[in-house]
Amino acid sequence: MTHATAEPGFRYEDLGRLMALMTGDEKHGPAATSTLDVLWVLYDRVLRVDPASADEPGRDRFLLSKGHGPMAYYAVLAAKGFLPVDWLPGFGTFDSPLGHHPDRVLIPGVEIASGSLGHGLPLAVGSALGLRAQGLHEPAVWVLIGDAELDEGSNHEAIAYAGSAGLEALHTVVVDNDSATHGWRGGIASRFEAAGWSTATVDGRDHAALHAAFTTPHPGRPHAVVARVEKKF
Amino acid sequence: MDTMRERFISVTSRLLDEDPRLALVLAEITMDGFRPAQRRHPDRVINVGIREQLLIGVGGGLALTGLRPVVHTFASFLVERPFEQVKLDFGHQDTGGVLVSSSASYDWPAGGYTHMAPGDVALLDTLDGWTVHVPGHPDEAEALLRHAYAAGDDRVYVRLSQMSNAAPRPGADGLRFQTVREGRAGVVLAVGPMLDGVLAATEGLDVTVLYAATVRPFDEAGLRAAVARASADVVLVEPYLAGTSAAAAGQALLDVPHRVLPLGVGRAELRRFGTIEEHTAAHGLDAGSLRQRITAFLG
Repeated sequence: MTHATAEPGFRYEDLGRLMALMTGDEKHGPAATSTLDVLWVLYDRVLRVDPASADEPGRDRFLLSKGHGPMAYYAVLAAKGFLPVDWLPGFGTFDSPLGHHPDRVLIPGVEIASGSLGHGLPLAVGSALGLRAQGLHEPAVWVLIGDAELDEGSNHEAIAYAGSAGLEALHTVVVDNDSATHGWRGGIASRFEAAGWSTATVDGRDHAALHAAFTTPHPGRPHAVVARVEKKF
Repeated sequence: MDTMRERFISVTSRLLDEDPRLALVLAEITMDGFRPAQRRHPDRVINVGIREQLLIGVGGGLALTGLRPVVHTFASFLVERPFEQVKLDFGHQDTGGVLVSSSASYDWPAGGYTHMAPGDVALLDTLDGWTVHVPGHPDEAEALLRHAYAAGDDRVYVRLSQMSNAAPRPGADGLRFQTVREGRAGVVLAVGPMLDGVLAATEGLDVTVLYAATVRPFDEAGLRAAVARASADVVLVEPYLAGTSAAAAGQALLDVPHRVLPLGVGRAELRRFGTIEEHTAAHGLDAGSLRQRITAFLG
């Protein structure tokens, strides 16, 4: 799908208003707001992708694995011109492309259709391998997962393999709002470190800290940023 | 003669040299055979270790970047274990790839039930848009693999087996059922490696024998034409779960009064080891049992 939308010039301060246009998935409200700052800093200052380059082979890839509570994602995509703001009020309705989980087939700029947990990181590993196999060494691959999503075993298969393979193009952001029932003794970053990843753990509301963590060099290793935000409940 | 799995190694290794879009993903199984290819194409022959969820996810990720992924392990670990990945990481992403299994229904009976996957085709039948090839001979396997690799972004499953017919059927690389024998009393559809047994079982009987090396899409026109020339008594002989294609046959004959006898691997776990031949007989798929069941059905 192609959709030409002029850069609307939205700022971070506008995201709350954009999110308020979406109703009907309030149960996922905490999940939605937990990712807001991470998404904004990535799309505003880090990812090399915009609506004009959304189909270019050399673009950076952002894979939202934590597909539930996508209101912040849609708000940021709207703010950056990937989708029209007037799509937002239709959120979740039959005629809207915007579901309570995002669908890559329906929404410009969305790299994967997600919702079921534990798929994004393995798909991101495959994307990083596929880009490398085609000689595309510039694009970075980013995937956002949640701390409870980290429970899924498929993620641990991906973490172990990517660390061992030294997939430098791969970046994972774990938004940690302390929603996993059993938690992660020793901290989430320790799981990635044990597998050979570069890691940083930062305040997930601090834009400067997020930016610094996102842009930390990590030669020869994949990079994980644990963004800690307020508890889910 | 090499096995289908050995042919998979040789033909895929060769095509990795020729087609830069092709990439192979393995989870240890069959890795030894692909070491020379991996040395030549380290970025396109990927072994993720014993991680079958990642195996499928990586295949899906490769497809997202425009490559044509070939994903391989034993059928039970390729289709059954990571089934939700197969469903979401290809179909739901609107991408494609080629899943190539080995071990089939009971290729290693001494290995027991953990390495048997008679339900793989039935499982894939719950998903939309998968082409399913069931070659009956290594030559057919090679032709169908080449076909699958070249099939754009289609989703294709190629089911390889130790079981094989003595000779390949010419032209079995197409999507159509082939007429091997013509008769009037009924139509027997033999799938892949079941053909030799079916031909032996129907020797001297007045039945049409159709052969399928591709079961999805199901050649509805082929079955309808055969039924029109013979009778609407249809026997399905499949090397996987009995009844897997019964719904497809029923759909093909929706407006024709008909009867279907679905034969294949039984649902009940056999809990026996032994040989392929012993398991074929235990499921009633040897020539003698087939003849008895087919003649009883056709009356």
